Amino acid sequence: MLDIIQTVPIDYFVYLSTLLFGIGVLGVLTRRNAIIVLMCVELMLNAVNLLLAAFSTYLGDAQGQIMVFFIMVVAAAEAAVGLGILVMIYRNTKSTDISLLDNLKY
Amino acid sequence: MTLAVFSILALASVVAALLMVFSKNPVHSVIYLILAFFMIAGLYVLLNAQFLAVVHIIVYAGAIMVLFLFVLMLLNLNKDTEPNKSALWKMGAAIAAGTLLVTMVGALKGSMQLQPGTPNSSVGLVENLGKQLFTEFVVPFEIAGILFLAAMVGAVLVGKRDLKL
Repeated sequence: MLDIIQTVPIDYFVYLSTLLFGIGVLGVLTRRNAIIVLMCVELMLNAVNLLLAAFSTYLGDAQGQIMVFFIMVVAAAEAAVGLGILVMIYRNTKSTDISLLDNLKY
Repeated sequence: MTLAVFSILALASVVAALLMVFSKNPVHSVIYLILAFFMIAGLYVLLNAQFLAVVHIIVYAGAIMVLFLFVLMLLNLNKDTEPNKSALWKMGAAIAAGTLLVTMVGALKGSMQLQPGTPNSSVGLVENLGKQLFTEFVVPFEIAGILFLAAMVGAVLVGKRDLKL
């Protein structure tokens, strides 16, 4: 049933998650559209979720998957509030360019 | 067989994530991210975490990405309107992300000699997770409900046009 433990080393999951996380970081740093930046944050959260689920399965412990469940809850709340703020920003500046949002800059 | 399926899903998810970051049109980005999420759901199935796979598809592909798509359409950003960052900035970002990647791989390499526990094929099933969630983790579960309520109220409040308190 669980032949993935024998055939796929946990290292592969670690490397895949790290790669996805790195791609998310790259997106956050390079893109200027605030919606895409939020999407990249979601991708980073997913990389962490994948690693938690992998360790949960490999250790035969359900707590990692419970943790993933709660991270999903937080991600959904974060997306809803973040997009609400974004719509408000768009209403005031007519743009979602994050380089315009420097009012709090010293 | 399992390794081949894992390789295909991993490669597809990485390619979809890269296309998401580099595509000019925001709507294409959303579509590629949904594709990446489906590949990750496939990996969950491979890990025998069926409950997580289903919840992942429902919550991410079904709710969050539709919300993103709605906002994109409402703000009329479904075309290439984004001014490019300078090449210097892009190169710096690529170097920073690459350095982070190398550092994390270097730090995690060889640190995975975990005790293999007792692999239990029923860990990811709804029955087991539901039991855990409603006994041991019932307080965090209720707090998550309160968090959702607060997020809902906050989103509505932030999105209101003329806020009179």
